[in-house]
Amino acid sequence: MSETILSVQGLEKHFPVTKGLFKSQVGAVKAVDGISFDVRKGETLGLVGESGCGKTTTGRLITRLIEPTGGKITFEGHDITHMKQGKLRPLRRDMQMIFQDPYSSLNPRHTVGAIVGAPFRIQGIETEQGTKKAVQDILELVGLNPEHYNRYPHEFSGGQRQRIGIARTLALKPKLIIADEPVSALDVSIQAQVVNLLEDLQNELDLTYVVIAHDLSVVRHISDRVAVMYLGKIVEVGERASLYSSPMHPYTNALLSAVPIPDPKQREGRERIRLTGDVPSPLNPPPACRFHTRCWKAQEICKTQEPPLAELAPGHAVACHFPENAPSTTETPATVA
Amino acid sequence: MTFLQLNDLKIHFPTDDGLVRSVDGLSFQLERGKTLGIVGESGSGKSVTSLGILGLHKGGRAKISGEIWLDGEELVSASPEHVRSLRGKKMAMIFQDPLSAMHPYYTVGDQIIEAYRIHNNVSKKVAKKHAIDMLGRVGIPQPDRRVDSYPHEFSGGMRQRAMIAMALSCDPELLIADEPTTALDVTVQAQILDLMRDLQRDFNAALIIITHDLGVVAELSDDILVMYGGKCIEYGSADDIFERPEHPYTWGLLGSMPRLDREVTERLLPIKGSPPSLINVPSGCAFHPRCAFEPRTGGKGSTLVPDLVETEGGHLVRCHLSREERRDIWATEIKPKLES
Repeated sequence: MSETILSVQGLEKHFPVTKGLFKSQVGAVKAVDGISFDVRKGETLGLVGESGCGKTTTGRLITRLIEPTGGKITFEGHDITHMKQGKLRPLRRDMQMIFQDPYSSLNPRHTVGAIVGAPFRIQGIETEQGTKKAVQDILELVGLNPEHYNRYPHEFSGGQRQRIGIARTLALKPKLIIADEPVSALDVSIQAQVVNLLEDLQNELDLTYVVIAHDLSVVRHISDRVAVMYLGKIVEVGERASLYSSPMHPYTNALLSAVPIPDPKQREGRERIRLTGDVPSPLNPPPACRFHTRCWKAQEICKTQEPPLAELAPGHAVACHFPENAPSTTETPATVA
Repeated sequence: MTFLQLNDLKIHFPTDDGLVRSVDGLSFQLERGKTLGIVGESGSGKSVTSLGILGLHKGGRAKISGEIWLDGEELVSASPEHVRSLRGKKMAMIFQDPLSAMHPYYTVGDQIIEAYRIHNNVSKKVAKKHAIDMLGRVGIPQPDRRVDSYPHEFSGGMRQRAMIAMALSCDPELLIADEPTTALDVTVQAQILDLMRDLQRDFNAALIIITHDLGVVAELSDDILVMYGGKCIEYGSADDIFERPEHPYTWGLLGSMPRLDREVTERLLPIKGSPPSLINVPSGCAFHPRCAFEPRTGGKGSTLVPDLVETEGGHLVRCHLSREERRDIWATEIKPKLES
């Protein structure tokens, strides 16, 4: 197994809910509530879930854009959980982020050259033939015309803007890139271009990705491993092939069966699992297993005991008392809390 | 007679930068009880078409020509007042974003009651009972209590259900859904698609579903219309479009999509370039700058606008390549790559 580049243990982020003049705390939104995972060098980890499951918060915690409430983040052997911004800055070269919205993530008053060149300026990096040359090389790498150096973001289409955002993250040759919904704001034909670009860059530059997305088919296409989140917890994590072909958690199963398949022939015959209701509020999540309110397999134990994330098959872990598709060697459901 | 028929509908907007040809000669037919899916990327003119059918561009800057026949009445030349009297009763719309389509100051019930009372001469009490019935029908729990809630008190999925209830409150015969599930999570999207399928069966309405998601159209549509640059470039049954697509743009859309029902492909097959601006639609075939097969048209692609021609049994294609060439390319070059 290749080495671990990023390790997250028991990560928590609780946003306080305040009330009244003195802002006394009356509760907390447990956006991320104790998640652990490792990212290996050179792989792509997909993080999927519905809105409000904490996937974006997780991305922002890893990049330390927000301060974690608890847990530990280790990046290349450094504990960065509460590292001071000044000490963190040199490490930021190696860890960059691609944002979802190519319209609001680029400063409209800066030229492309200034946007993509900013990392060099901030990090105080001198390049051999000057920043301009370096920026133009990167623009070419992501498929933009280097002569567009002096243009402004509004002169570009959505897909090209997303390329500018990718160029900016690549400027300092990072090792790890967190991509938060990198293609969801783009048209279908452009989505495919950007997905292919991300894959090419990974091969060329030896990058490691954490891709956060809600689109299960996109995540399947680009990820090596996939983690499924529900209400601030990871409910299942595994290799792409085993997770998609034999999902163990009922929620993963339901998610997969809810994806519309572009094949009218499969309209009738397909087996569907339909969840009822909506995702509960993270302000007041259900106790024990958070999925029990919508789960068709739920029993008493699910309401009282939280299932641990247990590895039931090699590299495939699930947090469920009654997992599906589990290998026959594990006879009894895991009950150790 | 056909229930809904569009003949050469054009909706153009004069702007300071030039004429925007949002819809440029669109024709199709739709019967009661059938579902038409309109697919296209942003700026292809699909939403403008739907607003045009509802008469919502009347009185604005838009220049509208052509004919829209709805159940024997022509709507383009009809007065705005008349079209208004049809809206809600005869035809209704489900919008993409229910939060901005509903009035935040009024309860969900009040909004349904208002729409119902405009078209039906009934007391408030009767209308409220009807609103509660409708909310129950679309699967909102405790409809007698939720009828007095405000839109912000509903979750996204519930709001979309409430909007469907509102659209169906006057029993419309034509229902247009513009990206009805785009703002929703995938599990909720599945619930709403099921709901729309069931309701359409019950109400026997003609349904137009507008979306960029080929998965959603495949789930619901009988017929599919693919739009590009304000024009229909391919039209056919759902089987035609997914099994025997003949337009290079449709191939591109299918190749751009990772699919859960197939093995993971090494690479996606995107379309190069980006969708055209409607102010500056490329000459000739609007798709020619992005088309991989344009060189095979012998220079016609950039000069001549191809006609929408029937290739077989109601399957229409707008392309310079000959039918044989298209079928050959699909069978030998495109299909094997999609299924590998």
